[in-house]
Amino acid sequence: MIAAPKPDLVTVNIDGVDISVPKGTNVIEAAKLLQKDVPHYCYHPKLSVAGNCRMCMIEMGTPAFDPATKAPVTDPATGKQKINWIPRPQIGCGTTVSPGLHVKTSSSMVKDAREGVMEFLLINHPLDCPICDQAGECKLQEQATGYGRGYSRFIEEKNVKPKRTQLGPRVTLDDERCILCSRCVRFSKEIANDDVLGFVDRGSYSTLTCHPGKKLENNYSLNTVDICPVGALTSTDFRFKMRVWFLKQTNTVDIESSVGVNAVVWSREGTIYRLTPRRNDEVNDTWMPDSGRILYKQVAATDRLTAVKLNGSDTSLDIALHAAAALLKAGSVSIVGSGRASVEEQFLLKQLATATGAQGHLVARTASGDKLLISADRNPNVRGALVTGLISQLPCAELKQLSRDIDEGKIKTVVSHGEDLHAAGLTAALLAKVAVIYIGTHANATSAAANIILPTLHTFEKAGTFVNQQFRIQKFYAAVPAPQGATNDLVVLAKLVASTGTHTPASEVHALWPAIAAAVPALATMLYKNIPDTGLLLDATPWVGLPFVEGETLHYKPAAAIAAEAARS
Amino acid sequence: MPAPTQHRLIFQHIDEPGYSNDIDCYLRNGGYEVLKKAVAQKPEDLREEVKKSGLRGRGGAGFPCGFKWSLVDRKSGKPIYLIVNADESEPGTFKDRYIMHQDPHQLIEGTMISCFANDVKQAYIYIRGEMPEGARILEKAIAEARAQNLVGPNILGTGYSCEIFVHRGAGAYICGEETGLIESLEGKRANPRIKPPYFPAVLGLYQCPTIVNNVETLCHVKHIVQQGGAEYAKIGTPGNTGTRIFCVSGHVQRPGYYEFPAGTITMGQLLNDVCGGPLPGRTFKAVIPGGSSAKVLRFGERYKGKRKVGTDMVDYDWGVEDVPMDFDSLAMIGSMGGSGGVIVMDDSVNMVEALANINAFYQHESCGQCTPCREGSLWMKKISSRMVHGEARKEDAALLKSVADQIPGRTICAFGEACSWPTQSFLIKFKDEFEGYAEAKKNLPADRLSLV
Repeated sequence: MIAAPKPDLVTVNIDGVDISVPKGTNVIEAAKLLQKDVPHYCYHPKLSVAGNCRMCMIEMGTPAFDPATKAPVTDPATGKQKINWIPRPQIGCGTTVSPGLHVKTSSSMVKDAREGVMEFLLINHPLDCPICDQAGECKLQEQATGYGRGYSRFIEEKNVKPKRTQLGPRVTLDDERCILCSRCVRFSKEIANDDVLGFVDRGSYSTLTCHPGKKLENNYSLNTVDICPVGALTSTDFRFKMRVWFLKQTNTVDIESSVGVNAVVWSREGTIYRLTPRRNDEVNDTWMPDSGRILYKQVAATDRLTAVKLNGSDTSLDIALHAAAALLKAGSVSIVGSGRASVEEQFLLKQLATATGAQGHLVARTASGDKLLISADRNPNVRGALVTGLISQLPCAELKQLSRDIDEGKIKTVVSHGEDLHAAGLTAALLAKVAVIYIGTHANATSAAANIILPTLHTFEKAGTFVNQQFRIQKFYAAVPAPQGATNDLVVLAKLVASTGTHTPASEVHALWPAIAAAVPALATMLYKNIPDTGLLLDATPWVGLPFVEGETLHYKPAAAIAAEAARS
Repeated sequence: MPAPTQHRLIFQHIDEPGYSNDIDCYLRNGGYEVLKKAVAQKPEDLREEVKKSGLRGRGGAGFPCGFKWSLVDRKSGKPIYLIVNADESEPGTFKDRYIMHQDPHQLIEGTMISCFANDVKQAYIYIRGEMPEGARILEKAIAEARAQNLVGPNILGTGYSCEIFVHRGAGAYICGEETGLIESLEGKRANPRIKPPYFPAVLGLYQCPTIVNNVETLCHVKHIVQQGGAEYAKIGTPGNTGTRIFCVSGHVQRPGYYEFPAGTITMGQLLNDVCGGPLPGRTFKAVIPGGSSAKVLRFGERYKGKRKVGTDMVDYDWGVEDVPMDFDSLAMIGSMGGSGGVIVMDDSVNMVEALANINAFYQHESCGQCTPCREGSLWMKKISSRMVHGEARKEDAALLKSVADQIPGRTICAFGEACSWPTQSFLIKFKDEFEGYAEAKKNLPADRLSLV
């Protein structure tokens, strides 16, 4: 891996402690490095600075210099350089560090300013926390507790504003709760490139709304809900469904494309309620597409496979595996893996291919990218299949070679790991010529035609890793238990490998990894537990010449673009 | 001491019988001669004259104009814009309107000289939305000047070109704040910008260096170039050079606009000698000296301290009547010269009701960006309106003051000060009246006019 260049450092003093921070850091971020909380609402690390909420006010001073000689002025009381404190509070978000900057984050001036802002924010804010979806993850609640006075002096009538505006298909707005921080406005304009939100009316009557004739309907609209510091913008899907403090958070990775957006699954008692983005400054910053968030609905979909079947009849897993083993031993096997399967599953599938002498195939899934967080490659883990050696060339959308092989009678059994062979170009007539072993989660034309169906788990029900377009290996964990009748893919695959008589691989992620590390050069010396939550970049040199389909996205540039840039400079 | 005589520099032709706002009349009176003289000089020399003149901005803050011009980033390679701030919105102020209505060519000449001095190729006059007549007059005047080759391409054959455009606001006080004005001119909501980094002199209109000057300020530039900076500086007093226009409104015998050498007239002379004193049978109670956002002065209070006269420090002990009407003296006694709008209140005025009126105005004009101003201005308005129209409590006085204290110095622009200073000063100086309002209200006539 290439080390990042060392940034220019600036030393500042925060609450009496000196700290060196990169040039350009603002006071909020600098204080965070010292575990000092500078409360804020409108500031967001990935958006432009608006400086309007006035919550992040701090006391600030700069070193004194003699105006005539430019020599530092020494304070006789301390023997150190004198600090000229500014008599009024300054905003932390809009103040970037300068050498010798002194900051107080909890002086009486700061405390007074924060209490004032907190009181102002609350006077027209409805006190409906008991029915507000934001309760439990509301900055207004948290900071009122941490920095407010704890009582109200307001006896006037509160402002009345629209309570349930549909800004778009997925976002509902309660304007009375809005504190006018403008995060959503800036997000739409700066990140989503869809400038649809703005304020109408003025002063305290300012109201968030869409521009005339526009809707907040881009595929990133739910990020406005995430960054709304209060309960003004709510997800229409999640609204009134569950209190957030009951929900368990499990790290996952968005499976809709090779970007590998880091996300969190929020679940309770085996039911998933929502997905939200997880910050990864190298991949998705703090954003996530809306389309990735509804994928949890696949888990409880009605077409979920939960019964093991042999030639159309329900059976036990052992009997089905026994029948599968017989087919595999008979030879003339072909294996269709999936770009949606984990590295671990692809590794076992590769072992199965080796043991049966089968060729491994993969089905490409491409569409145009959105230049942000959805890439042209809609498989999350094609690179995993390359790394594990399941494939050596990039996949095609149609399995043409397999079609020919079946047609010519070279293949008698096809193992499909979650791929619909019919959609991948194998006609019903071709499928009728072979025995199909389908290992997957949802019913489709292939499962309908399969001789053996082995129901397995959705990504949110199992652990594993994906390798994204940057060749970054990222972990995901099981958020909810599997439905009855479905078995972990690794268990199924390990048993199939064992049935070929070569060896018995481990069927659990942690136990399997030493074998992966030993067999896969790109993953050598790695262990599952050692991969950080933000992933690890792999050495992509062996695959650098492949014509990957992805164009530029948020933190990714195709090799060709990088080369062209290098040539220019 | 009798009041000094008026020195009408900017208002020389205002209300002059027979003087019209067309270019022929202006030319007959020696108009555009200064521009002709200016374009023959070096721009940096003109800027130096303005610096020498000591001219301070007439929009309200009194910022030195020559210094403002010296802050302009002239090395960026970007065009420099000049914006005429004609958004005269501060209640009690009505000087720029008269210049634009009756002597628009004075403004255009001053603007063109300032543009030439700063190498500006494009200027905008941002005129308040409520002044459609002024906009029409300016449009006509610019067309006349263009026809005479005084505005537009290749002015007077010098090779220097500069256009002036009139842009009408949509009626918002905050558009007079220079960065709010710039946002509005760019077609956006007039939310003032954060400084740093958006200092207009560096990152102003369209992120280019921009000069924003008040209408009256630019008219003064014409006179500075005409007579020379040093000569101009002889008018008025050191630090407060040139003339000052006072717009006196309220309870005096002769309200109106009066122009005097800056710093030469006291409040007492202005109100008693020039404006004829209080209405019959009345006495002065309070005066706001620089537009409604300036802190109120109470007749009868004394201001004591030391001030600089020449190089010496001299004790002063003033009543309201003794205060010289210049930027520094008014600042010294805790108020400000502001825009020159002098609002006089006599003993018929109830201060709670006067403040309720002011609070209603500022609440309506807060842009809503910063929490303290947005919420504080409305809260103060709700309290003072309730006191007048509903139940008044004794503790409302302390509450009002406390709310106002949470606003200034904590907002992006100076509106935070503008909306809180009236309440702060009213509550400090007329605390008894606020605390006793519930009782006083019982004796008020039932048919009195209701407030907005």
